[in-house]
Amino acid sequence: MQHNDEIEDDGSTNPQSYLGGLALAIILTLASFGAATTHLVWGPGLPILLAVLAIAQMGVHLVFFMHVNATEEGENTALALGFGIFIVFLVVFGSIVIMNNLSNTMPTMDQLMKMQR
Amino acid sequence: MNAANLALDAHGKPLPLSERGPASTWSMISFGFWLFLLSDIVIFSALFATYAVLSKATAGGPSGSDIFDLKNVFIETCCLLASSFTCGLMLIAAERRELQKFYLWAAVTWVLGACFIGLEVTEFSDLVARGFGPTHSAFLSAFFTLVGTHGCHVSSGLLWLLVMTAQVATLGLRTTVIRRLFCFSLFWHALDLVWIGVFTIVYLGSVHAA
Amino acid sequence: MLGKLTWAAIPFNQPIPLVTSIVMVCGILAILALITLKGWWPYLWNEWFASTDHKRIGVMYVALGLVMLIRGFADALMMRAQLALAQGGATGFLPPEHYDQIFSAHGTIMIFFVAMPFVIGLMNFVVPLQLGVRDVAFPVLNSVSFWLTASGVLLVNLSLFIGEFAKTGWLAYPPLSELAYSPGVGVDYYLWSLQISGLGTLLAGINFTTTILKMRTFGMSYMRMPIFCWTALASNLLIVAAFPILTATFALLLLDRYAGFHFFTDNLGGNAVMYINLIWCWGHPEVYILILPCFGVFSEVIATFSGKPLFGYHSMVVATMAICVLSFLVWLHHFFTMGASADVNGFFGVMTMIIAVPTGVKVFNWLFTMYGGSIRFTVPIYWTIGFMVTFTLGGLTGVLLSIPPADFVLHNSLFLIAHFHNVIIGGVVFGFMAGYNYWFPKAFGFTLDETLGKVIFWCWFIGFYLAFMPLYALGLMGATRRMQHYADPSWQPYMIAAFCGAALIFAGIGLMVVQLAWSIRTRERRRDLTGDPWNGRTLEWGTASPPPSWNFSVEPHVHGIDAFWAVKTKNKELHKVAESRYEADHKPHYETIHMPKRSGTGFVSAFFAVFLGFGLIWHIWWLVIVAVICCIGVLLRQAWDTDRDLYITAEELEDFDRRHPSLGAQL
Repeated sequence: MQHNDEIEDDGSTNPQSYLGGLALAIILTLASFGAATTHLVWGPGLPILLAVLAIAQMGVHLVFFMHVNATEEGENTALALGFGIFIVFLVVFGSIVIMNNLSNTMPTMDQLMKMQR
Repeated sequence: MNAANLALDAHGKPLPLSERGPASTWSMISFGFWLFLLSDIVIFSALFATYAVLSKATAGGPSGSDIFDLKNVFIETCCLLASSFTCGLMLIAAERRELQKFYLWAAVTWVLGACFIGLEVTEFSDLVARGFGPTHSAFLSAFFTLVGTHGCHVSSGLLWLLVMTAQVATLGLRTTVIRRLFCFSLFWHALDLVWIGVFTIVYLGSVHAA
Repeated sequence: MLGKLTWAAIPFNQPIPLVTSIVMVCGILAILALITLKGWWPYLWNEWFASTDHKRIGVMYVALGLVMLIRGFADALMMRAQLALAQGGATGFLPPEHYDQIFSAHGTIMIFFVAMPFVIGLMNFVVPLQLGVRDVAFPVLNSVSFWLTASGVLLVNLSLFIGEFAKTGWLAYPPLSELAYSPGVGVDYYLWSLQISGLGTLLAGINFTTTILKMRTFGMSYMRMPIFCWTALASNLLIVAAFPILTATFALLLLDRYAGFHFFTDNLGGNAVMYINLIWCWGHPEVYILILPCFGVFSEVIATFSGKPLFGYHSMVVATMAICVLSFLVWLHHFFTMGASADVNGFFGVMTMIIAVPTGVKVFNWLFTMYGGSIRFTVPIYWTIGFMVTFTLGGLTGVLLSIPPADFVLHNSLFLIAHFHNVIIGGVVFGFMAGYNYWFPKAFGFTLDETLGKVIFWCWFIGFYLAFMPLYALGLMGATRRMQHYADPSWQPYMIAAFCGAALIFAGIGLMVVQLAWSIRTRERRRDLTGDPWNGRTLEWGTASPPPSWNFSVEPHVHGIDAFWAVKTKNKELHKVAESRYEADHKPHYETIHMPKRSGTGFVSAFFAVFLGFGLIWHIWWLVIVAVICCIGVLLRQAWDTDRDLYITAEELEDFDRRHPSLGAQL
C-alpha cells in the first residue's frame, strides 16, 4: 500500500519561507490595527481595507507557512482549498444576505412573542 | 517498489501524476489532514456567519465596541503570530533531525501559545465578572462561542504539542512522528489564519461599528 | 450521582415503548447468549469488530442500516395506522406526545441511521475494489467511523426505554427544541447521538476523498475511474464541506440548552431562523450526499446489464460535479415561507430548477446507454427502471415546489412529504437495493435468489405508489404534515390506502429477511465461482468472490475506462501489459505486501463515546469526565502503537490465486 516512506520536501526545510512570511504578516497586522485604531483611513473605506489586509495575510500564511503551491503534488490541496473557500464564502455571505433580508421583512423575535400573548 | 520507474510511459515520456498509481503515505496523510483542516474551517465559517448575524442583537446590553480591549488583542495577535513562526522553526529542526533545537522551538511555541490562552481567559473572566457573560445576549453568546471555540482549538493544540514532545522523547524523530509534527504545524498555522479572521471581523470590525 | 436519571425514565406507563423495549432487550440478550454459547466471540472480534478491511466494514454498515430500517419502518407503520384511524371523534392509539416522538424518530433514523449507512456501506465495499487498490487511505479511521455511527444508533435506541426521544421533528427547530419548551432529555438524545455519528461520517468523508484522489491503481487517471467512484467522490466532498455545518449548528443549540446561551432562544436577541438557515445549509447537500452514490450505482448497473459502456461518460462526470457544486446554492427552498423577500425566494427557486438540469443529463445518458443494448432483466435492472420512473416523478414534484408561490400553499403539507419520500425512496432506497443485489455475490460468493428479489421489488414499488400517491392528493386538499388527528372525513379513504401501501412495503421488507435466509440456505445452487457473475465491466469483478483481504494479488495496470471489460475482450491494443512486471511465461510477479493489522481502536473509542453521550444527556458529569479521559487514552494508545503492519508473503498470494483460477489472475 505504501510505496514511498520518505519525507517529501515541500519547501518546509528552509527557514527563508518562514522569515519572509513573518515579516509580511507583521507588516499586515500593524497596518490592520493601525488603520482601525488611528483615524488615518476614510471611515467608509475601512471595512474594505481591513478585509483586503486580512485576506492578504491569510494568503501569506497559506503560501509562506503552509506551503500551498502550484506544483503537481500540491494540485489536489490547492483545489480542495479552493472548494473550501467557496463553501466559506457561501455560508458566511449567504447567511448574512438571507438573514438581513428576513429581518427586513419579518418582525423580530421579541415582537413575535408579544403577538403570541 | 519504487515509484520512480513507473513515472514514465512506454515511450519514455513522463506520466501525469494521476496515472502513477497510489500516492505516497506522506502525500495521503498531508492531503487527508488538509481536508480535516478545511472541515474545521467550515465549522468556523458557520460560527462567523452566526456572529455576523447576531452581532447587533445586544438585547439592551453592551456591543463589541463597549467591551473589547484592542491592546490586549494586539498582544494576543503578536503571541500567536510569533508562535506560528517558531512552530515553523520547530518543524525544520525536526526534519533536519536536530533534537535540541526541536525541543527549544517546541517549548517557545508552547509558551507563546499559553500566553495567548492566558490573555484570552483573562479577557473572558473579566467580562463575565462585569456581568457581560455569554448568557446575557445573543451577541455575547456569539462572541464567546466564536472566540472561545478558537481558544479551545488552541488549547487542544497545546495538549497535542505536549503529546508530540513526549512522542519525540520516547519514539525519537522517526518518520511517523515527523509526519504528525507536520500535521500539527499545519493545524497551528491554520489557527493563526482563523485568528486573522477573528481579530479583523470581531475586534477591529467593532471599532468601525462605533 | 446519576444526574437527571431516575426510575421515572423507564416508560412503565406507556405500553408501546415498554413492550418494544422488552422485546428488543430480550432479543439482544438472546443473540448475545447464542454467540457466547457457540463461542463465536473470538471470530466476531478478529474478523469483524476489529477489522480494518473496508469490505468487512462495508458489510457491517449495510447490516446496521438493515436493522435500523426495521426500527424506522415500524415507526412509519405506526404513523400510517394512527392516521388511518384517527378521523373525527376517533383519537387513534397514539397520544400526541408519543406520536411526536415517532415522527421525529422516524425521520432521524431513516436519514442518519438507514440511508447514510447504506450509502457509506456500499462506497466502503466497492470503491477500493473499483480503484484497484487494497484498502482505503486510513483503514483504522474507517473502523472508527463505523463504530461511532453504531454509537449513535445505540443512543437513539436507548431513548426508547430510558427516557424519551425528541418531539421536534427530525431537524429539531428552535424555539421548540430549546430548553424552555423541551425540558426533557429527548432533544439531548437527538443532539448527542447525531454529534457522535456525525463525527464518524465526517471522518469517512475525509477518508474516501483522500482515497479517491490519492489512491488509484496504475494508469487510472481521473477520467478512467468508474463512474461510481466519481459519484462517491462528489458525495464525500459534500460530506467534508457540509457536515461541519451540522456539527456547528448542533453545538450552538447544545450551548443554548446546557449553558444558557441565546443563539436561538425567543428572548435576549436569539434568532431561531438562523438555525433554520444553517441547518438547511447542511440539509440540502445531505440529500445529495445520499443520492449521488445511488446515481453511481445505477450507472454501473445499467452499463453492465445493457452490455454497453456508459453513454456519455464525460458528461456524466461534469453533471456529477455540477450537482456537487450546485447543491450548495439552493438551500433556502426549504424555508421559502420564512419571510424572505421575493428576490431572494426567486433566486433560490431558479437555482433549484437549474439543479434539475444535470440530473436530467444523467437520466438521458442512462436511457441512451440502454438504447441499442441487449438488456438482461435481472433484479438490479428492475430496481433501476423503477428508480427512473419514480425518481423522475419525484423530481418533477420538486420542481413544482421550487416555485415559491406554489410552495407557500404546499409547504409542510403532505404534498411535501410525498415529494421527498418519492425522491428518497425512489432514488436512495431503490439505488441501495440495486447495489445490494448487484454486489452481494461479490461480498459473499453467491447471488441472492432472483425470484424472491423480483417479488420484493414489486412489493416496494406498488407499495410505494399506494402509500404516497394519496399523500400528494391529501396535500393538495390541505392536509398538513406531523398531524396526529384530523377532522375531514373525505381524507380517511386516502389515509387507509396509504396504510395499505405501507403494509405492502412491510411485506417487502419481511421478504428481504426471507430472501437473505433462503439464499444462504440454498447458496450452493448460486455459487459465484468466477468472481464475475454478471459479466461486469469494472475491476471489482476481476477478483474472487469474496475477494481476499488484500483484494488484488498484483496491482492492476489500467489503460482506459471499464478496465476489466478491456481485459476480458482481450483487446491486444488495450491489454498491453507492463512488461517489466511480468515474467516470460505470463505468471504474475508476486511480491510480499503489507496490509494494516486489525485494530480494536474503533470499537473501544465508540464504546466510550456511548458513555460520553449518555453522561451528557443525563447530566451525569463524573461519567462524562471518565469517558473523556478514556477516549483520550484510546487516542494516546493509538499514537504509541508502532506495530501496525501485517505482511502477506508472495507465496500466500500465489497460493490463493492458484486455488481461485478465475479471470482475476489475469488482471
